[in-house]
Amino acid sequence: MGGHRAAVTPWRLAGGAALVAFLGVFFLWPVAEIVARGIAPDGSLDLAGIGEVLGRSRTLRIVGQTLAQAVIATVACVLLGLPGAFVLYRLRFRGRAAVRALALVPFVLPTVVVGVAFKVLFAGTPLDGSWWAIVLALVFFNVAVVTRTVGIAWEELDPSIEESAADLGSGPWSTFGRVTLPRLGPALVSAAIIVFLFSATAFGVVLVLGGARFGTVETEIWLLTSQYLDLPGAAGLSVVQLVFVVAVLWAAGRARSRTELRTPFAGRAPRRGDWPVAAGSTVVGVLLAVPIAALVGRSFASAGGGWTLDHWAALTGLGRGAGSGGAVLGVTPLEALGNSLAFAAAGAFVAMLVGLGASVLLSRPVASRWGSRLRAGLEGALMLPLGVSAVTLGFGYLVALDAPPLDLRSSPVLVPMAQALVAAPLVIRTLLPVLRGVDPLLRDAAADLGAGPGRVLWSVELRLAVRPIVAAAGLAFAVCLGEFGATAFLSRPDAATLPVVIERLASHPGPGNLAMANAAAVLLALVTVAALGIAELAGAGPDGRLRRREPARPGRSAPAASSPRGGTSIPGAPVAARARAGRAHRSS
Amino acid sequence: MGNAVRPFRPAAALAAGAVVVALAGCAQGVPPAPGGTGAGPSDAAPASLTLVTHDSFALSDGILEQFTAETGIAVEVVALGDAGELVNKLVLTKDSPLGDVAFGIDNTFSSRVDGIVNDLTAIDSGDVCVNVDHEAYAAAGMEEPRTLADLIEPAYKDQLVVEGAGTSSPGLAFLLATIDEYGEDGWQDYWRALVANGVQVDAGWTDAYYATFSGPSSEGTRPLVVSYATSPAAEVVDASAEPPTGYLEDTCFRQTEYAGVVAGTEHEAEAAQLVEFLLSPAVQADIPGSMYMYPIVEGTPLPETWAAAQAAPAAPRELDPAEIDANRERWIEEWAAIAQP
Repeated sequence: MGGHRAAVTPWRLAGGAALVAFLGVFFLWPVAEIVARGIAPDGSLDLAGIGEVLGRSRTLRIVGQTLAQAVIATVACVLLGLPGAFVLYRLRFRGRAAVRALALVPFVLPTVVVGVAFKVLFAGTPLDGSWWAIVLALVFFNVAVVTRTVGIAWEELDPSIEESAADLGSGPWSTFGRVTLPRLGPALVSAAIIVFLFSATAFGVVLVLGGARFGTVETEIWLLTSQYLDLPGAAGLSVVQLVFVVAVLWAAGRARSRTELRTPFAGRAPRRGDWPVAAGSTVVGVLLAVPIAALVGRSFASAGGGWTLDHWAALTGLGRGAGSGGAVLGVTPLEALGNSLAFAAAGAFVAMLVGLGASVLLSRPVASRWGSRLRAGLEGALMLPLGVSAVTLGFGYLVALDAPPLDLRSSPVLVPMAQALVAAPLVIRTLLPVLRGVDPLLRDAAADLGAGPGRVLWSVELRLAVRPIVAAAGLAFAVCLGEFGATAFLSRPDAATLPVVIERLASHPGPGNLAMANAAAVLLALVTVAALGIAELAGAGPDGRLRRREPARPGRSAPAASSPRGGTSIPGAPVAARARAGRAHRSS
Repeated sequence: MGNAVRPFRPAAALAAGAVVVALAGCAQGVPPAPGGTGAGPSDAAPASLTLVTHDSFALSDGILEQFTAETGIAVEVVALGDAGELVNKLVLTKDSPLGDVAFGIDNTFSSRVDGIVNDLTAIDSGDVCVNVDHEAYAAAGMEEPRTLADLIEPAYKDQLVVEGAGTSSPGLAFLLATIDEYGEDGWQDYWRALVANGVQVDAGWTDAYYATFSGPSSEGTRPLVVSYATSPAAEVVDASAEPPTGYLEDTCFRQTEYAGVVAGTEHEAEAAQLVEFLLSPAVQADIPGSMYMYPIVEGTPLPETWAAAQAAPAAPRELDPAEIDANRERWIEEWAAIAQP
């Protein structure tokens, strides 16, 4: 990618500085502070505590369990999520937008109610209290990440290459394996990183389904920090966690294949040959729907058998205490939903600001070695929050942000900031592969024609990536809506969010409180589907506009115009060259 | 991607971060936090006190407002997690306290806040007891267990579910009950016998009670669960009928909750006033309904349904707080080695 502009402009420096500042204040500094309290309790370095915790046989077992759980869940999510990505983002059928939104429901459901639903579902089977129950639940929660992240990238892949391969006699599976899969590489790796990090740091589901027998690094950090106040031990494990995450990100960076230019594709009608994939994804969909259906059923089930709307009606109330009618909650679930929406809107806004800004910045070429290292470091650092314990971060906020002008410990500002820390990496993983695929020649051409940097950004990158951007915003909003760990730590009772209220209902004795929690969880799912549905519809508009331009793309057999990259393609020339020419034509 | 951890410069980040925070605060439309304390317009009395407490803290509407009406001091409540988290956060922030008054430090943690929270005053108490599903035993035609010793009888094999002592406060209370009964050298053998008798260990109260216990509002199959003495009252639907569940008196362990003045507060006198207010009849009478705890002041009326279920345990077990704090971690570790191998 030699000749295009790679100068470091003041804008890019300012953008990079703002990102580092956000990450520094709301992540790196608090985490460093709390780890420092463990490593250097009295100001002088003391690694004895860390050595002690790392030397325990229990620690080794826990690290092994965490790794195994995350690896198996990640592999399963990738295998089970791919068919869904194809069906939902490559095929065109009625109700597609609705199914896309529904597919993300498991991802936002509160772990406590799903955990109890799973536990009841598994009772009496060999899965009851077993390690595999945890893995299954992790797959349930995270398979949507693969479907969506990979799907969004798949949607942007120019289908003409596959079509050409088919013309040349390649079968569907061989085309998938040799043409499509390599091009999906960056998105697949991105999705796998996210699922791995989520699975490795899972908390509630591990406790509820494993009965605390199967500690993970995350549950152990929680135990050591919030129950024993063993900060050296927790710091040791936090360092282990960080080393893990950095290693995973490094390996993923090595595995990332070259960037790929993309073309929005509105999907094709299903064909007869699609049935194995369609059947596979349907099976996955049904399996995912079982626990959700159980949850919906439980929200309508009356205590004496039969059906009732009482639990739903109770959502305007405060829950009932043990036999006395006293309130369990500080705010009603409906008010909590309002809080959730407000926090999630703010959180998603910050996440998009950070995520989109970072994606644009990271997708631009850099000339120097130093610059590219800095860029790689920033890219990795932005992913770190996914791999660090919410407990570590929460306690870090307590000890770091405790003096003016940053005494934010009891400020509501921290809630959306913490949510954005979790959502931004998903935004980046969704947008970065897409923006990296934007042909740098387009930017150069725009600049040559006199467009300023803002204009280039607006009329080249943002225009080309508008659908993924809208989709990423929907995803960010959903993540913020469902975020529990950090939000529970930071939100106050009078501004509790719906997941926090659900957890509280489920953990307090009182008639009907669990059923009310189930109804509230279904409500959360409905709101999420509605939000994602709106994002789908908003994304469909630009989709239509781009499709109308499609006829400008040369037909598969038409001789293509000469490409700005210098390749003149002729019928029968290598597939890639022909496709490249087609893309260049379309984009100009 | 590669080397993601870079040297970090707090000063630079602080400066840049201040800008980000300011921008973010404006952009989001989130109202700024109400100040924890602030001087009143005319006199020296503070406009507000901050009460830090645990997640289970609740008082009916209007109760704290009553305090404000009487004294002119507004109270802001900040919950800091469960009882253990509350204590540890108080310890961590002792140089820059999060509030003026702390409520909800229980006897299993109270010795940890020496010098951090002063003038600890008992406000309420509750009991953790093994709950029993009366209907299940009646249906099976079996006699219910009565004592801790009964729970290791073969007749009650695979019938008890408890919470983990490391992950749950009722779980820890039950472990302490067995230590009180069998002593420092005997409780390990008792737990080995419990494990041999098929005790199930769940992580937390929610999953143990709702997913494993067999009571009317639960979906599990085990008729014995470690829960609270007040839980049977929550299962009473018809106050005139026999309560469907109850608790085993011999298994009860008492948790006492304290309030105190956070060391370093600028409003010590006012904070003491608030602690005193928590002992007033208005608050004490509200505690059972709002927090499922027994008021500490004798003679405070209790809700009717509580009486319909079962009276409070007469002589629950207790341990010396200092002994608990000195041994907690070792006990839990030994317990985990036996109960969660």
